[in-house]
Amino acid sequence: MTDILTPAFIISVLAAAVAAGTAILFACLGELITERAGVLNLGIEGIMLMGALAGAGACIWSGNAWVGAAMALAAGAAMAAIHALLCVGLRANQVVSGLALTIFGGGLSAFLGRDIVGVPPPSTFHRVDIPVLADIPVLGRILFQQSALSYISFALVGFLWWYIYRTRAGLRLRAIGERPEAADAMGVDVARLRALYVIAGGALAGLGGAAISLGTNPGWSEGMTAGRGWIAVALVIFAAWNPARAAVGAYLFGGVEAGQFRLQAAGVDVSSFFLNMLPYLFTILVLVLSTRESTRRVLGAPAALGRAYTREDLG
Amino acid sequence: MTPSPSSPPITHHPSPVTPVPPAVAMRAISKRFGPVVANDQVDFEASWGEVHALVGENGAGKSTLMSILAGLYRPDSGQVEIDGMPVRFRSPRDAIGHGIGMVYQHFMLVEPFTVAENVVLGEQRSGVDLQTARVERELTELSQRYGLGVDPRAKIWQLSVGEQQRVEILRLLYLGARILVLDEPTAVLTPQEARSLLQTLRGMAAQGFSVVFISHKLDEVLEVADRISILRRGQIAATTTPTETNRRTLARLMVGRELAELVEHPSAEPHQTVMPGEPILELRGLSALGEKGLPALRNVDLEVRAGETLGIAGVAGNGQRELAEVVTGLRLATDGVIRIDGKTMTNRPAAEIARAGVAHIPEDRLATGLIGGMNLSENAILRVYAQPPMCSGPFLSNRAVAAFTDRLLANHDVKAPGRWAKLHTLSGGNQQKLLLARELAGQPRLIVAVHPTRGVDIGATEAIHTALREQRARGAATLLISEDLDELLALSDRIAVLFEGRVMGTLPARGAAAEEIGLLMAGISHD
Amino acid sequence: MTGLVTALSFLLALLFGGIVLFLAGENPLQVYESMFSGALGNWNGVAETLVKTTPLLLAGLGVAVAFRMQLWNIGAEGQLYWGAIFATGLALFVIPGAPGWVMVPAMVGAGLLGGALWGLIPGVLRAWFGASEIITSLMLNYVAILSSEYLIHGPWRDPQSFGFPGTPSLPAAAWLAHWGTTRVHLGLLFGLAAALLLWIMLRRTRWGYEIGVMGENPRAALYAGMPTKRTILLVMALSGALAGLAGMSEVAGIGHQLQRNLSPGYGYAAIIVAWLGRLHPLGAVLVAFLLAALTVGGDQIQMSLGLPAAIAPMLQGTILFFLLGGDILTRYRITRVIG
Repeated sequence: MTDILTPAFIISVLAAAVAAGTAILFACLGELITERAGVLNLGIEGIMLMGALAGAGACIWSGNAWVGAAMALAAGAAMAAIHALLCVGLRANQVVSGLALTIFGGGLSAFLGRDIVGVPPPSTFHRVDIPVLADIPVLGRILFQQSALSYISFALVGFLWWYIYRTRAGLRLRAIGERPEAADAMGVDVARLRALYVIAGGALAGLGGAAISLGTNPGWSEGMTAGRGWIAVALVIFAAWNPARAAVGAYLFGGVEAGQFRLQAAGVDVSSFFLNMLPYLFTILVLVLSTRESTRRVLGAPAALGRAYTREDLG
Repeated sequence: MTPSPSSPPITHHPSPVTPVPPAVAMRAISKRFGPVVANDQVDFEASWGEVHALVGENGAGKSTLMSILAGLYRPDSGQVEIDGMPVRFRSPRDAIGHGIGMVYQHFMLVEPFTVAENVVLGEQRSGVDLQTARVERELTELSQRYGLGVDPRAKIWQLSVGEQQRVEILRLLYLGARILVLDEPTAVLTPQEARSLLQTLRGMAAQGFSVVFISHKLDEVLEVADRISILRRGQIAATTTPTETNRRTLARLMVGRELAELVEHPSAEPHQTVMPGEPILELRGLSALGEKGLPALRNVDLEVRAGETLGIAGVAGNGQRELAEVVTGLRLATDGVIRIDGKTMTNRPAAEIARAGVAHIPEDRLATGLIGGMNLSENAILRVYAQPPMCSGPFLSNRAVAAFTDRLLANHDVKAPGRWAKLHTLSGGNQQKLLLARELAGQPRLIVAVHPTRGVDIGATEAIHTALREQRARGAATLLISEDLDELLALSDRIAVLFEGRVMGTLPARGAAAEEIGLLMAGISHD
Repeated sequence: MTGLVTALSFLLALLFGGIVLFLAGENPLQVYESMFSGALGNWNGVAETLVKTTPLLLAGLGVAVAFRMQLWNIGAEGQLYWGAIFATGLALFVIPGAPGWVMVPAMVGAGLLGGALWGLIPGVLRAWFGASEIITSLMLNYVAILSSEYLIHGPWRDPQSFGFPGTPSLPAAAWLAHWGTTRVHLGLLFGLAAALLLWIMLRRTRWGYEIGVMGENPRAALYAGMPTKRTILLVMALSGALAGLAGMSEVAGIGHQLQRNLSPGYGYAAIIVAWLGRLHPLGAVLVAFLLAALTVGGDQIQMSLGLPAAIAPMLQGTILFFLLGGDILTRYRITRVIG
């Protein structure tokens, strides 16, 4: 066993973790901003699938992976717009709407993608080494020998962290998720902003799908996200709604996925099942902790998450 | 248009030729909500450098008037002038833009944020950067200048209620308010905090601000205000100054009624004298906490006998709601004893108290007493569903339920398409009649009725009053809590007045001088 | 009014689906006709539809009863798996030699128990800690599926299966009776019986009344002295039990062994069944049947027209969208709190 766990092996697992975790990270960040705004979107899995399809399809059609990525963003936004319309505009039940979106996205993507199953995209987001940085021992291999999408995801984590905690707009985002009445009283257009964040979140989830169909598993096949969208939803809680922690969580999941694959390839019999269960169990633990009053302030969910907001009628 | 927050408002120096326009001038303001006239041709003025108190009993129209000033409502007719210029506000933001800031009873603060962050949220500034440091500096300066004592870096959830209130004031000042309107500001404060707030308000007036505050606490008003306006039934009854008046006069102006007014009230009937029997409800030394953890009831001693109706008077927010909740088991008492029909029932579960023969007509029927989405039968059996004949074993008897419901609907003249109709399709009056019917069906020993005719049309109001009278004649004890003094006077045998959670005094209802009640409601015990 | 909105949602969804098909170059009428005749036009199709109705109905009933109390149980999938696991374990290891008349009721009990226990976990976390059952039940789905995988690949692996992971076949006594030569099995009767019993329970018993009141107005329930915490636990247990029964009936009626992909998402589809059926047990029967027909129809066009069966979930999702949108017309004003 010990001859397997060489530093080289571990580093390769970590590098694979980052690569595999990129898709989950995009989706998780998308759900994170949605939930920060106070809306629960359980449709991420379906949105990711549509993004994956749009990405692969557009790339096959145009020959350019970036076009694919752009279409993935658009597809994700369009799907999430349905959720925004139903839940923010019509105050429908957010749980059912999200689930409907997942089932719909799964079906629509399988249907629309029927002609491109197995068709390899002409261009993908392959590994691009960043000069100089890629040569740094250990970190270089893990962080700077990744795909362009991964680099974008690094930047996105930093950007979102700055956006949420250091800008006026981020303050408004947190306000509409915590106490929409107060934000409303301060002149913030709660409904409009919520809709925007739901749609933006969907776009990111769509990009996450493209990170799979144009990155780690090039091409399209039905249901190819294999539950990563659900993992992303769990991750948001695991990350306590913080972008930096989301990155850690996404790479953790990616690592579990990558590590177990490699271990099996190396002939090691690992009861991967229990390892795989850990993230879900841990998420439950974080959730229970974050619901208790004492820890809520530190870890807590946006107080208004999941509740539709209506302003009292003005006379 | 928004004056910069760091410069104090200009204090006008009167010139012999042109009169100084008042900060606020509301002329002939009228506003009605459906059939209810809230403001009727009201004239109100507030000057710069003055504290003007607006006084009146529940429903007099004070909150409505100030809400119009703060841009929450639009008046049906009349005009508002700020600094002599007519204005039309379409929203509270408009009002803030003209320098008017209102501090409401429910603070609009985001708890995990700091004070500075809450202020930044309200800024209309564009720009990406948070600039909290700058805001903190300016807030510190403002806070010091006006003696508010707020640390801009504190998180809201760490602050006491009084401190949070000062944050609201500070925020308004930062946004450029020169006219401050406060709605019952000392209602949620401890006595020291109240003193401190009043001093602060005086200080701000001294610096040129115009301060308007709504209050029913006449002692405070006389101590702090430069001018006092009394609203009664939607009209200004008088405007005066502390030197020209005293507590008695104010109380009389607040609640004074001509005998003729009393007699004309629809529920005024010759009051049958019923000899009260043994005590059904006894409260001794009862204390309880309110929503924010502040004391809501302090050492309350009350007694209601069989065949007697005890009315609880008082301005809203003085512990009436908590009193009803504690007696019916929906809130814990922190001290004292509750005895119902001789048995100690302090802090027993609500269901047990209900089984002991206590009927509850709650303040908000749809939130507590009734289920809007269910049909009339399902609502009717809420109290009795677990007993025969409604249920035998695990099964509900449809026949018994139907018979029971039909009887209730008929006896209390509830107008509805049928038993199967969903409750929310009924009018407010009919909903209340059903609630009453259900609660009274079990021949209760004690009835706790809270605002029983609120939001109910005149016909249903009469029906409800008749039903309550019948119960009284039957020998039930009634604890009647109402904001409508007329209702209390018409239905009660005795009236107890609550002020800041204490019973200020108890008087017989017949022949009660409204002035006496007014004084007690305002916190002034017999002198 | 509610019925009208539901029916309208179906029709609008079919219309929308038709447009999508048309834009994708297919003939909507041909597709729909093929789906319909495949699912309901012949006995084979009807049988398949009934086969798929069974788990959808059972799990859908479970979800419906939880939703009535505003307990958003997303964990039907996991509860289904645990019901299957318990039933399999019982049949293979606990009483493998038992005769049919002992085995089948015992398996029913095991299925109910397995699902109930799994449903209790989010119930406990909600009742005692206030933790959102949406997330906890969702997470537990994965734990359940992984648990099943573990057993299938590990301790319960059939040493004689080559490359097809699964447990050994259940003893013959554990196989649920079939209707003639079709695949329709006893599970369907379980489902119909459960729907009837649930209907009676909700409409006619005091427990059903309490569930209704607690779901609609928890404060009124408190005032009436209803035991809220205990009811949360009981309802989550019941919800899980029904899903567990669905799992048991799939194992004992169809696969006859615990295997991978026991459920192609029945637990999630059950949520659609519950919602479209307006949380009504008899509505669930109707909707489960319709959804099953859609699914079978989808499989049919995959075979006959070469189109992906995924058209079915596409339509299902669309129906739900229209229903959610249309709900605003019928909804009572008080906003419901989620989670």
